[in-house]
Amino acid sequence: MNETRFTGTESYVATPDLMMAVNAAVILGRPLLIKGEPGTGKTQLAAEIARALQRPLHEWHIKSTSKAHHGLYEYDAVSRLRDSQLGEEKVHDIRNYIVKGSLWEAFESDVQPVLLIDEIDKADIEFPNDLLRELDRMEFFVNETRELIKARHRPIILITSNNEKELPDAFLRRCFFHYIRFPDAATMEKIVRVHFPDLKAELLREALTSFFGVRETPGLRKKPSTSELLDWIKLLLAEDIPPEALRGDDPKKLIPVLHGALLKNEQDVHLFEQLVFLNRRAGR
Amino acid sequence: MLIRFFTDLRAGGVPVTLPEFLALLEALEARVAALSAEEFYYLARLAMVKDERHFDRFDRVFAQTFEGAEKLFEKLTAELPPEWLKQLTERLLSEEEKRKVEALGGWDKLIETLRQRLREQKERHEGGNKWVGTAGTSPFGNQGFNPEGVRMGQAASRHRRAVKVWDAREYRNFDDGIELGTRNLKMGLRRLRRFAREGAEEELDLDGTIDATARNAGLLDIKLQPERRNAVKLLLLLDVGGSMDPHIKVCEELFSAARAEFKHLEYFYFHNFPYERVWKDNRRRASVVTDTWSLLRTFNPDYRVVFVGDATMSPYEIEQPGGSVEHWNEESGRVWMTRFTRHFPRLVWLNPETEDRWEWTPSVAITRELVGGRMFPLTLDGLDRAMRELRQRGGQTGGLHSPHADSPDHPVDVS
Repeated sequence: MNETRFTGTESYVATPDLMMAVNAAVILGRPLLIKGEPGTGKTQLAAEIARALQRPLHEWHIKSTSKAHHGLYEYDAVSRLRDSQLGEEKVHDIRNYIVKGSLWEAFESDVQPVLLIDEIDKADIEFPNDLLRELDRMEFFVNETRELIKARHRPIILITSNNEKELPDAFLRRCFFHYIRFPDAATMEKIVRVHFPDLKAELLREALTSFFGVRETPGLRKKPSTSELLDWIKLLLAEDIPPEALRGDDPKKLIPVLHGALLKNEQDVHLFEQLVFLNRRAGR
Repeated sequence: MLIRFFTDLRAGGVPVTLPEFLALLEALEARVAALSAEEFYYLARLAMVKDERHFDRFDRVFAQTFEGAEKLFEKLTAELPPEWLKQLTERLLSEEEKRKVEALGGWDKLIETLRQRLREQKERHEGGNKWVGTAGTSPFGNQGFNPEGVRMGQAASRHRRAVKVWDAREYRNFDDGIELGTRNLKMGLRRLRRFAREGAEEELDLDGTIDATARNAGLLDIKLQPERRNAVKLLLLLDVGGSMDPHIKVCEELFSAARAEFKHLEYFYFHNFPYERVWKDNRRRASVVTDTWSLLRTFNPDYRVVFVGDATMSPYEIEQPGGSVEHWNEESGRVWMTRFTRHFPRLVWLNPETEDRWEWTPSVAITRELVGGRMFPLTLDGLDRAMRELRQRGGQTGGLHSPHADSPDHPVDVS
């Protein structure tokens, strides 16, 4: 039982509540719905779980045109029809024209797999409802071959959502739900350490201070997230910026160096400049 | 004990159902959680709360049930002295979390700031001025899920409405926040729906296939076609400032309804009358402007153009070069407007002034003439007429057709 406990990996810092969520989902075989601010590592989580527990990973990325049955299978009637016209041999077996989806593949896996259903809110409103039975019983029926496909091992299903659409209650009832909170300073420090083990303590401290400073700016359209912080630090390292350059008390400099990695639209940059300017005046 | 927790949760407004409760029991039986209060808390939340908006309600009920503070919850919904709150949260929070709160300036200050923030938020919302739309995030955004979640809960009961708005801000797309009351406008805009086949070909075209197969002497020839989607493209040009101030609300509503209704919506602002430049961001209209020529080049004639403005100004602002109240325009507004009507066959002007006042203002008459009589009042009926006008294929000038005009799949109206 021990190896099924997920405790984070060397490249992924998991908070206790996240570990609990993952472990409960693994043990009870229920889908785990993950929400959270963009850039908090929702999608990455599935890959990390698969790696930590040494399970195969199946990914199903949802687009606005995705339909539930795409994940199960698709019957390619058109090419069968064409083949029949050309007198191909394989036309006699309908199985040749059934294309398996990622859910089917996950169901067939020999060991318990991890299945990621990424950004489920991108699809049509009805999409989650069409998956209810499949997620509940972990089985589905292939009409064309009259086969019942049952999962050999209940996959560990991770579903991510960006809150673009409300998910139906019936669907939510079947899932466990976890909200990845934006990491606090201490967790953030751990996360940065994991990615940049050689980072100097001083630079890290200054970078985090200015990062949380930027995040606290009221009215930002897009708050910088963990992934943006990591990009930024990478840039700082690449440019070899000394920690002193990040300190806010330099009067000549209004906003942090290389802010382009943190603030992603010009309104935000502008707003931030204005606020810093006002603060400075007020501070005098 | 647990069953009472379950019923309390329901009473406390967390929409938890029996299967979810059973899932929790199952998880407990499977020994997912070690025997610690914290793990139990995480597990219960995981199994029974399906929306981060309910986290603080859950926290409150959890505290009430498991800290033995009977009936505290009911009082929470009434007026609540801060000491109680402090008491409650001190009981709920771990030492480490308390230190964190202390670092943020202590409870009293936090609560005070939060209340103030909430009040502000409410006022701003009710005022409905534009700025809220773009700046609707609050520095307190995350607090609801912090260890201090309780604090949010408390405030939620005191300012229920305001917090609801706040929640919605935090987790929905807040740009179109004034959508309430725009339903009628949307219904009006809906008239403009046109479904067309565009994009990737992924649907079987039955007629085409039969036809092609027949031509192929019976050898199957599959034809595909793109799915039908609402393909109307709308270009909205809004007058801002000056005489338009009394009409801001209705314009916002129109804008918000249009945002929801059309996938291809572009908008620009102008002041009084369109000249050689328009802009997208009113705060920065001095620096970031769009050249009207490039606008005319960018958007092809199958865009439908809706001007929104009261067209109330001095006639010189239309007729004379340099007549603009804001800057020196080389060419008169009349010239620019003519360019618009030539380029976009489907164009209307919506006027928020009531129709009976139009004749009293010469500039309205001129504008009306310039747009070929296609000026409509910004009322439901006027909108209806305007959309009818926009639906006509060629528009009044009739010259330019969309590139697809001759193909069999040209937009078909199905409304």
